[in-house]
Parts: sequence; C-alpha cells; structure tokens
Amino acid sequence: MITPDSGLQALAATRWKVALTLTIIMVIVYFGFVSLIAFDKPLLATRITPGLTLGILLGVLVIVSSWLLTWVYVRWANTKYDPELHRLRK
Amino acid sequence: MLALLLQAAQAPQAAATQIGEPNRVAMAFFFLFIATTLGITYWAARRTRTTEHFYAAGRTISARQNGFALAGDYMSAASFLGIAGLVSTSGFDGLIYSTGWLVGWPVVLFLIAEPLRNLGRYTFADVVATRLQQTPVRLAAALGTLATVTFYLIAQMVGAGGLIKLMFGIRYEVAIAIVGVAMIAYVLFGGMIATTWVQIVKAVLLLGGAAILAVMVLAQFGMNPVRLFAAAAEKFGDGVLAPGKLVSKPLDTISLGLALMFGTAGLPHILMRFYTVPDAVAARKSVFWATGLIGAFYLMTFVLGFGAMVLVGPDVIKGVEPGGNMAAPLLAEHLGGTAFLGFIAAVAFATILAVVAGLTLSGAAALSHDLWVGVVRKGHATQQEQLRVARLATVLLGIVAVLLGITFKGQNVAFMVGLAFAIAASANFPALVLSMFWRRCSTSGAVASMVTGTVSTLLLIYLSPTVQVDILKHAVAWFPLKNPALVTIPLSFAVGVLVSLATPERQEQEGYQYVERRMHLGAVVE
Repeated sequence: MITPDSGLQALAATRWKVALTLTIIMVIVYFGFVSLIAFDKPLLATRITPGLTLGILLGVLVIVSSWLLTWVYVRWANTKYDPELHRLRK
Repeated sequence: MLALLLQAAQAPQAAATQIGEPNRVAMAFFFLFIATTLGITYWAARRTRTTEHFYAAGRTISARQNGFALAGDYMSAASFLGIAGLVSTSGFDGLIYSTGWLVGWPVVLFLIAEPLRNLGRYTFADVVATRLQQTPVRLAAALGTLATVTFYLIAQMVGAGGLIKLMFGIRYEVAIAIVGVAMIAYVLFGGMIATTWVQIVKAVLLLGGAAILAVMVLAQFGMNPVRLFAAAAEKFGDGVLAPGKLVSKPLDTISLGLALMFGTAGLPHILMRFYTVPDAVAARKSVFWATGLIGAFYLMTFVLGFGAMVLVGPDVIKGVEPGGNMAAPLLAEHLGGTAFLGFIAAVAFATILAVVAGLTLSGAAALSHDLWVGVVRKGHATQQEQLRVARLATVLLGIVAVLLGITFKGQNVAFMVGLAFAIAASANFPALVLSMFWRRCSTSGAVASMVTGTVSTLLLIYLSPTVQVDILKHAVAWFPLKNPALVTIPLSFAVGVLVSLATPERQEQEGYQYVERRMHLGAVVE
C-alpha cells in the first residue's frame, strides 16, 4: 500500500500542535488555580455574593473548562482529523 | 451472621448513628451486588477464551460503556468518602482534590488515548516497546506498573478493611478477605469482560447514589448550592469557603497538583481500558464520556461535603471517624435514615471492589504479558499458556494484596494513593510521551526514564515528611515536599532525553516512521 507520507507527517504535526496547545491551556488553567491557592489565599477568599467566594467559583470553572477543552478536541478530531485520516487511507 | 443481627437488635441504642452496627439494608444491597456481579462473571467466563478476551474484552466495549467503565475504574473510595470527608471537615481545601483528580483526563485525551489504542495491544509497555528493544523496555515498564499497582492496592485494601469494618461491623481481616476473594473471582474467571461490567454497574450506582444524596441536600436549600455554601459560612465562618490550613506550604500544593494531573495519564489500569474499545475513535469518545461523568461527580462532592458540614456537623463526623471518611454515609443516614445509609454503604463497597479488580487485572497483565510472555518467552507462547500464566498471576496478586492489606492494618496509608499517582506520573507518563512523540527516543533513554521515575519517587517519598515525621516520628525530614512529583517528573523527562541523546540508535529512529503511521492510521494499514 502506498501512503503519501508527507501528508501523514503534516497531519501528525497538526495533531501534535493541537494536542500540545490544549494540554498547555489545561496546565495554565489548573496551575493558575493551584498557584492562587498556594500564593494568594486572600484573593480567593473574596466574596462575590454571600455563600460564593472567588475560590469556589474558580474551582467550578476549572471543572467546566476541563469539559470545554475535551469538547473542543473531540470536535476538532471528528470534523478535521478523521476526514483527513480517511483521505490518507485511500 | 444471623447471630450478629440478633445481637445488634438486642443491643441498647446508645449512639445517634447506626454506623458500625450490622445494617440489614446494607447487607441486602451488598449481597445483591455480589450476586449480580458474580452472575456477570459467570456470563463473562463463558466468553473469555483468548488473551484478547481476558485482557481487552475482545475489543467489543462501546465508547459509552468504556466511558462509564473508566469512571468506575478511576473513582475510588478516596474520591467518594475521602473528598466528602475532607470538604465537610476543612471546607474549601478538599476541593483541591476534586479539581486535581479531573484535570488529568483532558491530558489523557489529548496526548495518550488514541495513540495508545493504535500502537498497543494489552499494556502501555506495548507502546513504549513498539520500535525499541523488547526485553529492557518491558522489564522497566513492568517495574513502574507493579510499583504503581502495589501502592494503589495497599491504599485501597487498607481503606476497604477499615471502612467495611466501620460500616458493616465485621472484622477487618474478614472484610479484606471478602474483597480479595471477590476481586480474584471477577478477574480470574471473567477477565476484562467481567471487570468492565463490574465497573459499569459501580459507576451507575456511585453516580446515582451521589446524585440522589446531592438532590436531597439541595432540596433543603431551595435547590440552590450558593444558599448551602452561605449556610456553611454562617455556621462555621467565612474561612470554610476559602483556602485554609491544609495548604500551608505552596510548593507542596503545586507538587501534589502535578502528581494528580500527570499521574492519571500514567495509571496502568486506566491505560489498559483503552484496548477494550474497537478503535481509536471509540477510545477518544470514551474519554469524553469519562471526563463528563467524573467531572459531574466531583461537582457533586462540593454539595455532599458542604451538605455534611451543615447538616451533620464536623464534630459529629470526626467523632465517628477522625479522618472524616464517614461524612457521606452520615449525611445519607441524616437525610434518608438507616435504609439509605445501608444503600450508600453498599455503594462504597462496590466502589472499592471495582477499583481493585481493575488494578489486579493490570498488574496481572504486567506479570504475564510483559514479563512472562515478553521477557521470558520472547513473545513465543501459546494462547493457552498465556491465559494460564495470566490467571496464575491474578491469584498471586490477589493473595499478595490481601496479605499486604492485613500487614498494613491500622497504618496511615492515605499517602500511598499520592505515591501511586507520583510513580505513575514520573515512571510511566514521561516514557510514554517520549517514545510516542520523539523520534530520537532510544531504548536506553526510555528505560533510564522509567527506572529513574520509579526509584527517585520511592526514595524521595521515603525521605519526605510523610514517612520521616508522620510515620517514623523523626524531628526533621531530609526532603521537604510531601509529594515528590515536582522534582521527579522533570527529572525523569530530563534523564530520558539526555540518555537518548547520548545513545543514539539508528534502527530505532528509522522505526519511528512506522510508529508515526500506525499511531494515526492504526494497525489496519500494516
């Protein structure tokens, strides 16, 4: 079987770029949160409304952003990566 | 059993809680779960004829099923009882775990799941060894796997013994033996098919139980979590909604975060699950499902923890068990009486069983597939021999787990989960990433990285305050951090890169083209 390897290498490079970018965003989001816990406790204690501090809100947002990032990746993979793979397999 | 129940019925009801008393509902749910899962095992055993079935469920698990099974494999008693307890007694600080245990999943999705499914067969060592020399890689990978699995198992077994003793009122050793026998039965007879379905049933029970509990809590606060948090702040001070005393040392917090995030991507029993689906697309979708389910569960732990704090109270919780682990069961009893307590106790038991079954299976795969078939037999073993060795390894690991559980009775083993994550993050994750994405990664580099990751993590944990001060009662610890991941992950990557650069292998670099093709296109194009 003849595989146009230049096409595959380009796709591999794109996938690596997407995967790395999303990983870095996740690292920044989570370690941003953890660093605030570690180095700026008073900021996280800021009250937004009674019962809701910035810390709790950001904690929820870390979980929500994990969902969003996986959704972004799955969408990219389904609409861009898979069709390209399909094309390469032919 | 009957005598126990009668005895309990006659005993005077001194305590306000039924925890620690044999609970009929708990027993009933518990036997129902055991009967159901053994039924599943019987069904699965008749379908387990090849190693493909035993290790990978014949690769017939759907993406959604695998998503639930991943959630069931991952969410341990520490997630359910531990986090709820931590939040109920320390407030916000417990949430560091709720978030940390989730953020590894996107990393698994972006970097690991699909390439792993395309490159390997049963274990993560398959992937690292794709283009490198089999024997040294499999030896080193088995070391990392067995270290991770052993510490994880000890933590689960000791936790299980203590919890079951507390909730069902049966002896510690008996509890450990029940867990050991059940997990050996699942894996030995039903392999991955039974393990998968036990994990799916557990995930549904755990998510369902937590959801019912969360809704019952929120119903008391107008279905508004913010009102619940406000009630907690009003009763126990604003401090419970902000970082507090548990996170006094900044670097400790960051190091723990690193271990949680990258450890998930190196846990052998999680990685193994990606081989149970038909292809890489299903592997991808299954992580999407798992992230959704696990994230939802950890959001519910916010409600359960603060709910227990407000409705039960930290003093009562610590009075029943100093670690706070009984917060969720106490909350269940407060809201739904003894029957609901029994249900939640049985859910906690199911939770532990599903996790230890997954751990045992991945340990057995390392012993039989990597060490016996890969190293001893150099890849030449018949199906029958492979299955026989895998089953032998299962029994062996099960017995070792029971013995370790009894040996460590009464010890503080909470740090061992952190240790398991730190080894996974330092020994398994760097070698996986380097071998998959870096052309110049060499056999020596990968092996050095895995060995360095395992040994340095073990050594630094031994020298850490957790072991030196808390357990050995020394005045000072040589190494300042409780979790070594901040040092060991970069170290393991650096060693892998430097040794690879120092020992270039032409053949292996040429093999990378094959890896790259197979990583994306799968094995079909061979």
